[in-house]
Amino acid sequence: MNQGRDQAVGAPGPAGEGAAAGQGASRTRVFLVDDHRFFLSGLRAELGAEFEIVGDGGDAEAAVEGIRRTEPDVVLLDVHLPGGGGRSVIEAVHRTRPEVRFLALSVSDAAEDVIAVIRAGARGYVTKSISPADLAAAIRRVRDGDAVFSPRLAGFVLDAFRGRLDGPVDPELDQLTTREQEVLRHIARGYTYKEVARRLHLSVKTVETHVSSVLRKLQLSSRHELTRWATDRRLV
Amino acid sequence: MTGVAAGLGERLGIDPVLVRTALVVLTLAGGAGVALYLAGWALSHEPEGERLAAPVRREPTLRQTVALGCIVLGLLLLLREAGLWFGDALVWPVALGAAGFTVIWARSDSTDRARWAIVGYRIPGNPFEALFTGRVSLPRIVFGGLLVFSGMAVFLAANDALTLAAVGYVALSVVVTAAGIALIFGPWMARLARQVTDERRERIRSEERAEMAAHLHDSVLHTLALIQRADASPEVATLARRQERELRTWLYGRDLPAGEERLSAAVEAVAARVEQLHNVVVDVVVVGDDPMDERAWAIVHACQEAAINAARHSGAQLVSVYVEAEPDAITAFVRDQGKGFDPDAVPEDRRGIAESIRGRMRRHGGTAVITSEPGEGTEVHLRVPREAA
Repeated sequence: MNQGRDQAVGAPGPAGEGAAAGQGASRTRVFLVDDHRFFLSGLRAELGAEFEIVGDGGDAEAAVEGIRRTEPDVVLLDVHLPGGGGRSVIEAVHRTRPEVRFLALSVSDAAEDVIAVIRAGARGYVTKSISPADLAAAIRRVRDGDAVFSPRLAGFVLDAFRGRLDGPVDPELDQLTTREQEVLRHIARGYTYKEVARRLHLSVKTVETHVSSVLRKLQLSSRHELTRWATDRRLV
Repeated sequence: MTGVAAGLGERLGIDPVLVRTALVVLTLAGGAGVALYLAGWALSHEPEGERLAAPVRREPTLRQTVALGCIVLGLLLLLREAGLWFGDALVWPVALGAAGFTVIWARSDSTDRARWAIVGYRIPGNPFEALFTGRVSLPRIVFGGLLVFSGMAVFLAANDALTLAAVGYVALSVVVTAAGIALIFGPWMARLARQVTDERRERIRSEERAEMAAHLHDSVLHTLALIQRADASPEVATLARRQERELRTWLYGRDLPAGEERLSAAVEAVAARVEQLHNVVVDVVVVGDDPMDERAWAIVHACQEAAINAARHSGAQLVSVYVEAEPDAITAFVRDQGKGFDPDAVPEDRRGIAESIRGRMRRHGGTAVITSEPGEGTEVHLRVPREAA
């Protein structure tokens, strides 16, 4: 039913790529952070075939401790957690282990939550109604160091980077290039990375580069509008 | 007036009001304040170009304020010795009165002051805003009032106009004056107070709502997401999705005055309608927002046509709707990854729908481009220019 609902990931299909990744020397190690046990067990069942689930945590403290101990490749992180929220987990882990990659997974579509975890260092954001196949593809993408932009996240980012800038700005960080905007618009319109590449006559690698640089800008930009924008736009 | 006091205050970390008061006192003490002000104006200059980025507003500290007071006092004594002096009878009362005023003004909590200043702005053209922008605690008023009062008493006594025994008359006159002021500004103050109360009530209400939202968020939205992920029947999944959408709108929706509709809300409503009627998932992304007008409605209705079209004919489970409010136009994309069609060989009924989309756009000075290829899905690109295009 929800096949392709959140085609964040631009994955062609469930089977092909997944199997290829599984053939590597070791399987991708994934850590799950979510305070809903029911949801956790569902995720374990869905992802267990392709990934090695090294542990899970139900609150911020347990999550930080568990991640430090198990050293996963990718952490799947709920935005809302008892004891500090996903953002505090990312910040605590990155202080000592900056190479751990986070993918935010949440039922929350509120822009302020999404922008907050991304700015804290998450490599992408998907909603919990994403299909298992798309989620697996998103994890692979994050593991490979790429950014995962769902249509909604692309919309948030386009929105956040609009508008007038008062005060000093760094054009390198505080603005999107025309090409980046073009790529984001396509993603917001529901195109996968692959389709974006074809439509804009780029390679998929170039699309990934653009998306990664947008993510970097989102995390490093000094625009105070980003924060203000996110707080006064709670509409989904 | 030319920013000398403000500049000095900023530099020294003292409230500009204090600096101004000090200058006024010195002026009355023999004109030295005027000379100082002119000197300050001549010697200082506005920073070139844009102002230094966001000057850090330093809180006036007690120490700095006392220091300024000492400087003023010292200057006063110096001027008295030098003979530049209007006479004890005038200077000391004024100095005392000024001190009282500054106590009332400057010691009030700065956040309170900011809040009241904001409230004050909503009442246009109020010349006395500055006088009343400090929410002052009772001891401060009493202390400041005493200083002002003693200043007046000393002034009158020193002028031999009245003996000290007549201070009671002074007190009476002060009370009468205060009552007069209260009569004049009373209604305005009352309105201000009411507004503050309303504001506080509104804040409490929205806090309660946020708390409830957090609860519902964690329990109900999770359940609804789970249902959609599980292999439920399409009807159940659609139902769960619809409930989720309604709940979200309620949880995160901004309160709007009745009758005012926004583009984002209108697009969401259309998506919900199409989802409900046609059992598909409609993903909506809206960038920017606008109040609705005729053109905005035209594009929203055209979006609805296009989405229904996609839901009925494409066979796709997902329809993506993207709407962006740009400064000069509103653009919209409605896309499905369904079976697509050959635009040159459209059956009559579909041509009709396409025409109704195109026609609607044309009537509002906009365009509609429909791209489709068999097997590649369909995308409808809509655009209407903003007013006076």
